[in-house]
Amino acid sequence: MSKIGVMGDWDSIYGFSALGLDTFRFDESNIQEAGKLLRLLAETDYTVIYITEALAAKIPDIIEHYRTLPTPAIILIPGISGNTGQGLAAVKKSVEQAVGSDIIFGKDQKGTDQ
Amino acid sequence: MASTTVNPTRMELTRLKRKLVTARRGHKLLKDKRDELMRQFLGEVRNNKELREKVEKGIAASNKNFALARSGMSDEAVRVAFMSPKQEVVLSTATRNVMSVEVPVYTYTTRTSDPNDIYSYGYAFTSSDLDDAVTSLAELLPDMLRLAESEKTCQLLAAEIEKTRRRVNALEHVMIPEMEADIRYISMKLDESERSSQTRLMKVKDMMLEDAHHYKEKAEKEYA
Repeated sequence: MSKIGVMGDWDSIYGFSALGLDTFRFDESNIQEAGKLLRLLAETDYTVIYITEALAAKIPDIIEHYRTLPTPAIILIPGISGNTGQGLAAVKKSVEQAVGSDIIFGKDQKGTDQ
Repeated sequence: MASTTVNPTRMELTRLKRKLVTARRGHKLLKDKRDELMRQFLGEVRNNKELREKVEKGIAASNKNFALARSGMSDEAVRVAFMSPKQEVVLSTATRNVMSVEVPVYTYTTRTSDPNDIYSYGYAFTSSDLDDAVTSLAELLPDMLRLAESEKTCQLLAAEIEKTRRRVNALEHVMIPEMEADIRYISMKLDESERSSQTRLMKVKDMMLEDAHHYKEKAEKEYA
């Protein structure tokens, strides 16, 4: 039995606590702790960890480390400050890694430009 | 290019030939694996993209609801409301095998079976906007889990595809040509040494015949 964690600034994540997910709050003052906690959660029984894009941007190397490991799934979610497109960029990265070039998103971006 | 370290012997030749057959078969199998992985991956990644767009839209909407709710309440009241959650989500993880890549499958159970039993507060001191916000987020949860599943699957498949592609390329462009060149080198070397021993034997035979019958002397005598 495993758990689901949510990491980010309070404003972005407090709603998830009502759903029964474990929320871990980080703001500017304790951002260094975020990497440590993420590692700790990953090594205990958290299988899915949602993390706000803003916080994820501060600890990219740790997220990258868990990317190809079977657990946990670290999923970026947009925070209260808006969508930075980082989450979709992660999907795009998978495509580029697998195919060699981006064939899924390239078309869409062209479509929105026109 | 044939490496100079290879031993030009018949034993080495048979060993290399056997190795080449294995490498060719491995190359074909890995190529098939890569193609199938790619097919699975492209399906999954489209799914992933759709889910992500949906979830991001949903989160943005519920964030709006939460902002609305907080505008009518004090920070303390919101904090108190979410202090002790009523609901609890327990996740059970299984794995599914896609071309020998173990990808996760998540199923979740909630502590209370009633999906409406999520409000961790009494309704007296909170605005109704907060109820809406929590509901919108709760409705999003299944999609968020599917997103997690799909995204992890994509990441694992992508890593496996990269690995397999590298192996295929190494076999196709390095191992197999190298072995072919080595085999060519050995067989040419063996042919060459066979020819050289053949000529040596012929020469020796000539010398021995000369020794036995003295053809040259006889011929000289005849002319004289």
